[in-house]
Amino acid sequence: MSATAFPAEPASALRRLIIAAKGRSRVPYLWVTIVAAFVSLISLVPLGFIAWISVQTGWETASKLIFRGRVGELLINTALLELCTLPITIALSVALAWLTERTDLPGARLWSMLAVAPLAVPAFVHSYAWISLVPGLHGLTGGVLVSVLAYFPFLYLPVAAQLRRLDPAIEDAAASLGLNAWQVFFRAVLPQLRLAICGGSLLVGLHLLAEYGLYVMIRFDTFSTAIVDQFQSAFNGPAANMLAGVLVSCCLLLLVIEAVARGGERYARVGSGAARPADRRRLGRMLIPALALNVLTAALAIGVPFVTLTRWLYIGGSEIWRIDLVGGAFAQTVVLAIAGGVLATIAAAPMAWLSVRAPGRLQRVLEACHYYVGSLPGVVVALALVTITVRLVLPLYQTFATLFLAYIMLFLPRAMVGLRTSIAQAPVELERAAMALGRTPFQAVRQTTMRLAAPGIAASTALVALGITNELTATLMLSPTGVETLATKFWSLTSEIDYVAAAPYAVMMVLLSLPLTFLLYVQSRRATGQ
Amino acid sequence: MTFLTLDAISKSYGPTVALDAIGMSIASGGRTAIVGPSGSGKTTLLRIIAGFETPDSGSLVLDGKTLAGKGVLVPAHRRGIGIVSQDGALFPHLTVADNIGFGLPKNAPGRSQRIAELMEMVELDGVMATRRPHQLSGGQQQRVALARALALKPRLMLLDEPFSALDTGLRDTLRRAVARVLRAAGTTAILVTHDQAEALSFADQVAVLRQGRLVQFGSPRALYGKPKDRETATFLGEAILLDASIASGRAQCALGSLVVEAGIKAGKATVMLRPEQIRLKTALAGTKIEGPFGRVDDVEFGGGNCMVLVRIDRSDRAMPDFLSIKCVGADIPEPGDLVGISVHGTVHVLPE
Repeated sequence: MSATAFPAEPASALRRLIIAAKGRSRVPYLWVTIVAAFVSLISLVPLGFIAWISVQTGWETASKLIFRGRVGELLINTALLELCTLPITIALSVALAWLTERTDLPGARLWSMLAVAPLAVPAFVHSYAWISLVPGLHGLTGGVLVSVLAYFPFLYLPVAAQLRRLDPAIEDAAASLGLNAWQVFFRAVLPQLRLAICGGSLLVGLHLLAEYGLYVMIRFDTFSTAIVDQFQSAFNGPAANMLAGVLVSCCLLLLVIEAVARGGERYARVGSGAARPADRRRLGRMLIPALALNVLTAALAIGVPFVTLTRWLYIGGSEIWRIDLVGGAFAQTVVLAIAGGVLATIAAAPMAWLSVRAPGRLQRVLEACHYYVGSLPGVVVALALVTITVRLVLPLYQTFATLFLAYIMLFLPRAMVGLRTSIAQAPVELERAAMALGRTPFQAVRQTTMRLAAPGIAASTALVALGITNELTATLMLSPTGVETLATKFWSLTSEIDYVAAAPYAVMMVLLSLPLTFLLYVQSRRATGQ
Repeated sequence: MTFLTLDAISKSYGPTVALDAIGMSIASGGRTAIVGPSGSGKTTLLRIIAGFETPDSGSLVLDGKTLAGKGVLVPAHRRGIGIVSQDGALFPHLTVADNIGFGLPKNAPGRSQRIAELMEMVELDGVMATRRPHQLSGGQQQRVALARALALKPRLMLLDEPFSALDTGLRDTLRRAVARVLRAAGTTAILVTHDQAEALSFADQVAVLRQGRLVQFGSPRALYGKPKDRETATFLGEAILLDASIASGRAQCALGSLVVEAGIKAGKATVMLRPEQIRLKTALAGTKIEGPFGRVDDVEFGGGNCMVLVRIDRSDRAMPDFLSIKCVGADIPEPGDLVGISVHGTVHVLPE
């Protein structure tokens, strides 16, 4: 019987963690862990804010603000939006991925590029394009339509990648056991896509919760739109804060549902050696419907924004290209995006390095903090930072520091993903060799691993920068006076129904996003060796 | 009785000919091995039999029914042919029991009993039933794959290098187990492999494939003892190839005058000996050696099997001949020893 088996007090648990971290001596694990823990602590600020504000508001006021008709309406809207959009998006993405990856669809490469291309168009630009084309579009129907078109690439990318990775021997085995083509798909292929579908759906689901601009334009009320409304009319009143609490609960619920649906299973290929490349199935009579689906999707998701933007540009002529306005917003956006990208990557680096070099229980908890914060809607993070700066550190209110802090929180996971994979590819032996040659541990990491991870670092920075370029909600709520990015300028012009003048900003955002979208496409193919 | 007939099966991928008019017939209940170096087209042939590939020409008839050719093409899932692939291709999302029962109807009576039977048949412990493929060892995975394929009582079982991903010891055990299970089930089987030893020990008929052509087809003994050409001779095992001149039933070569098979024409030819036909006898100092002899140049010790390099000087040639001879047992000569060389049995003359 040993009493030390259970940490009696938190202090001893902490001491043990420090000892555990120190145990890997000669390497700066402890210091890196401390930095990563600090970043994790910052990423917990929005949750802490929700808890703090709930306690401060008191149960009576809080329940009055939460259990009321308005919140019920918003909940129903949110649930309907998720329940209608997700199944359609899943079906569409799986169908497109299957057609482009595993059939003899003519021009499969082109169609797969076109299935990723909608990512280059920010969601609120999608809705702007649709509203211009069909002014009567609104409510749930409009919301679902535009959401599907704006977000299906988030599902298409992982599903297509997974399809390429599947071992065709498994499909052969299923066929040899007497299953026809459809049965093989539903019983042997689809179950193996489960992880990709779960992950992609979570991403889409979180975007549906977080998106603000899209639904304002399409006149569909969600928590995000309601919170911004409240914020604009009553600043940071308890009503907005309580709505944010409900919204965060929705996000957490989605995370839990995804974790449960994903299960604890492993779907990696069993066995050794390289898989034979899969054969493409002949479409035969299904060729025309298959082509039609691809053409229709591309027309709705790419064609509509393209046609409307071209039309507004044509109507506006050269007058709308005011170099002082458009150029100014462009320059500000680029500077903000690059600075934010670099900061977020620096903030993510300690955790990314730790999670590769010293995976453990503490590291997993810290890593979870890094990831969770990115799933919070921009409006929640912004609201938390506004409230905290106004109440606690007023000089920081509406400063670049606060804005960058929000960007770091929102895009921490994006920065992590690229960093992690590229650090994992740099062998630890190089760090050891560098130290054996007289470098300090910090120098060793910087001169070997970080140097080798440079492409990943660049990709992470670029991904975050892309996110910032198209970020609207947090920028609207937090940016210092006078700061106007392409997104916020576009937003204020469309709010005044000046669709013509808004067009150049939309075009600039799309043009900035295009190279990165292409990079994403190329990376997803390279990851599977194609 | 012919069970499976392949007739002039050909397949090309663009300009590359993968299979060139392959024809063979396989008897019911037999075990056939298709062996060949990588790129010889053996896997393509197997995939054509399974129905995953379509032959460009030729026909495939199983049990009197045409599966491919003559305008007919039966899809894989209607052929009733089982397949076990190199790494098992188990469904990663299903348990062992569900993998084995995959082909059985979901609510068939006695389904779970049948699964238990199959697991016993392939010598898998019942506690494995609820495990996932990734929790199994390579050998266990292959047993599951075999049980899964056997569940539907296939008329023909295709084994696509099922042992090649395993360790040597495990490979032999599993090969014997698979042969036993297939014999018990009375299933005709075709094994594809690049490992000649595996082919010779597993099958009662061996087909040697090279560059898309069927080079030789016959019993393992016949193929090993009487290969058709140099490549087949060396592919199927260690071979000693010597130039010889044939006259009246004997071959004159570096090892003296050796008996050849009956009915060989006189003239120049190449003869083949297997190392186990040769015995070395260390000569005691001062004694005279009868017949061919040589001097041991080097000995490569390998435990039970040792390779002895023997140098044979000949008066009629400037360059000596070197022979690598496998010696078994404790009586291994030392480098520098003079050894007498005797040959057992007839030697095989390679057809020109």
